[in-house]
Amino acid sequence: MLDTILRIIALTRKELLAVLKDRRARMSLLIPPIVQGLIFGYAASYDLNHVPYAVLDQDRSAASRELLAGLDGSGVFERVADLRSSQDIRTYIDQRRALLVIQIEQDFERKLQLGQATDVQVIADGRNSNTAATASSYVTAVVGTFNDNWRVAHGLPPAVLTSTDRAWYNPNLETRWNMIPGLIGTLAMIQTLMLTAMSVAREREQGTFDQLLVTPFRPFEIMLGKAMPSMLVGITQATGVFLVAQLWFRIPFAGSIITLFSGLIVFLLAAIGIGLLLSAVAATMQQAMLFSLLFIMPFSLLSGLTTPVSNMPSVLQYFTAINPLRYAIDIARRVYLEGVGLPLLTHDLLPLAVIATVTLTGASWMFGNRIT
Amino acid sequence: MELVAGFQLSPYFHAQVTRSMPPAEKMMLEHSVDAIVRIPADFARQVNSGSAQVQVVLHGGDANRARIIQGYVQGAIQAWNARQAAEGKAVAAGSVAVQMRLWFNDANDSHYFLVPGLIVLVMTLIGALLTAMVMAREWERGTIESLFVTPVRIEEILLGKTIPYFLLGMIGLALCIVSAKYLFHVPLRGTLPVLLGASTSYVLVALGIGLLISSSVKNQMIASQLAMLATFMPALMLSGFLFDLRSMPTPIRLITYVLPARYYVTLLQTIFLAGNVWRVIVPNMLALATMVALLGLGSRAVTRKRLD
Repeated sequence: MLDTILRIIALTRKELLAVLKDRRARMSLLIPPIVQGLIFGYAASYDLNHVPYAVLDQDRSAASRELLAGLDGSGVFERVADLRSSQDIRTYIDQRRALLVIQIEQDFERKLQLGQATDVQVIADGRNSNTAATASSYVTAVVGTFNDNWRVAHGLPPAVLTSTDRAWYNPNLETRWNMIPGLIGTLAMIQTLMLTAMSVAREREQGTFDQLLVTPFRPFEIMLGKAMPSMLVGITQATGVFLVAQLWFRIPFAGSIITLFSGLIVFLLAAIGIGLLLSAVAATMQQAMLFSLLFIMPFSLLSGLTTPVSNMPSVLQYFTAINPLRYAIDIARRVYLEGVGLPLLTHDLLPLAVIATVTLTGASWMFGNRIT
Repeated sequence: MELVAGFQLSPYFHAQVTRSMPPAEKMMLEHSVDAIVRIPADFARQVNSGSAQVQVVLHGGDANRARIIQGYVQGAIQAWNARQAAEGKAVAAGSVAVQMRLWFNDANDSHYFLVPGLIVLVMTLIGALLTAMVMAREWERGTIESLFVTPVRIEEILLGKTIPYFLLGMIGLALCIVSAKYLFHVPLRGTLPVLLGASTSYVLVALGIGLLISSSVKNQMIASQLAMLATFMPALMLSGFLFDLRSMPTPIRLITYVLPARYYVTLLQTIFLAGNVWRVIVPNMLALATMVALLGLGSRAVTRKRLD
């Protein structure tokens, strides 16, 4: 038993030296998570603050001006042009000069004064339908305020039913608050999985793996010796992103650090297991790179980081069952924002533990059986 | 209650009715519901008095989702108000409704913006990541020197190393376009030659990035990490594929200008969904062409320096 532990420690040391002896390699593993955390933390937000729009105001009345003043005063909308004819709409949208064109028809004010319902047309550039939908929901909010003001100013009773909205865990519904916790697992996984996938492939390419197999090391010791350094790198990277979230973006952390990191360790075991399995299959480093790509890309896209898992087509939802990142993101968000403890995370931890066990066992079996 | 029926009938909601707040809050904690609409006990009286309020509690664990839900709830409430007015139960007052038209994507089909974005990711990865290993491997194994002593010129080595991956990229591209059109039914409103021209330039840029990384770091382990860092996440997060570039803080926006993915996302979205809009296509193509030239020269310079 003691021998086993000593052998694993020795192998871990050797692996760490192999990975970290090069200064450029150290830099490429330690600096990026922090820099990426900072850059993507700012970039990754669905909230809009610059919406260029153009206006085709065919009414040119006090009412239409008031409505447009509401848009201009919102701090989000920037009027880039006053259009003269509806032909101009196409130009502005096609050439991406405006994200929205707002068209107010001739009898806008007259209809309002008669107590009739009237429309404003919002034409949005649907090339990114997500952004367009967000921008138009901002317009709806401005129009809602306009309606309320108009009713009050003209002595009409306000709308019968209104709602007061409140959001748990994220009062202003800032998308950054749930993007950044999601990045902890994502950034750590991408580099760690690839590092692990390379580790055995490199030894195989250099011919040193066969030497390793004839030493007294047992396959599972080799497996653990390869997994440990990746785990250390992964945890360091996750800590880096976590510190960025805490110290720079100051996202309120509702849960416990122990819960978060316990979850991350199980997640990294699963990611490393997949990496080792790929590494055991690959004959060259280029193959290992290709294999890890084939996993990293769907893992990142179908993780719920950018689109909720529940909105995906059901075939893809089944695929996400074997995606460790999906569980890690759920864990990070729930611990971060909702402050849940380990018992409520069972449905994430259990699948992760299964993935980790299967892949790690598989990898050590393959190490043992590859040589024959 | 009619309002509750409105929620139950809407295709967006799965309403669970509870009699009091604690069970509803418990469901929120378990995240088995995304929002609570709390209708107060004296709601009917409030409605009769002409002003009623419901409370909406949203699960903010996923802010984007919560925002969308908030919009749907507002929609249901407005519909209720409109019905009341139509039935003469409330004073009809002039009010403005927003009529939304989504150009290029009338049905608001999310495939339309996801598929061009995915093509960018696939092309980036095929182009940059596999090439990143090519030169590094030769350096690592020392075989580069045997290549250098042959009469083959450096340009020829670099080209010879790139051409197989270029062809691979082209095959990937063909698969992407075919599946975009026939599997995901994304319309191609521009013309095929323009699409191919834009994509070829982008594949060349991606190959150039891979080659430059590969020739400068000379180590496969580091090359693979750098290639991943320089291409995949930036193409996902900073290209305008998901997040609106105009809303990013200025320093971050400046970074996006050096990323080729930004130009390719714009090109693909325009060529697929809007058509051949030359005012968009020409500047973005020029940006990509400049990058191809710079990366080619860069790889050449790096390789020669090491030879001395």
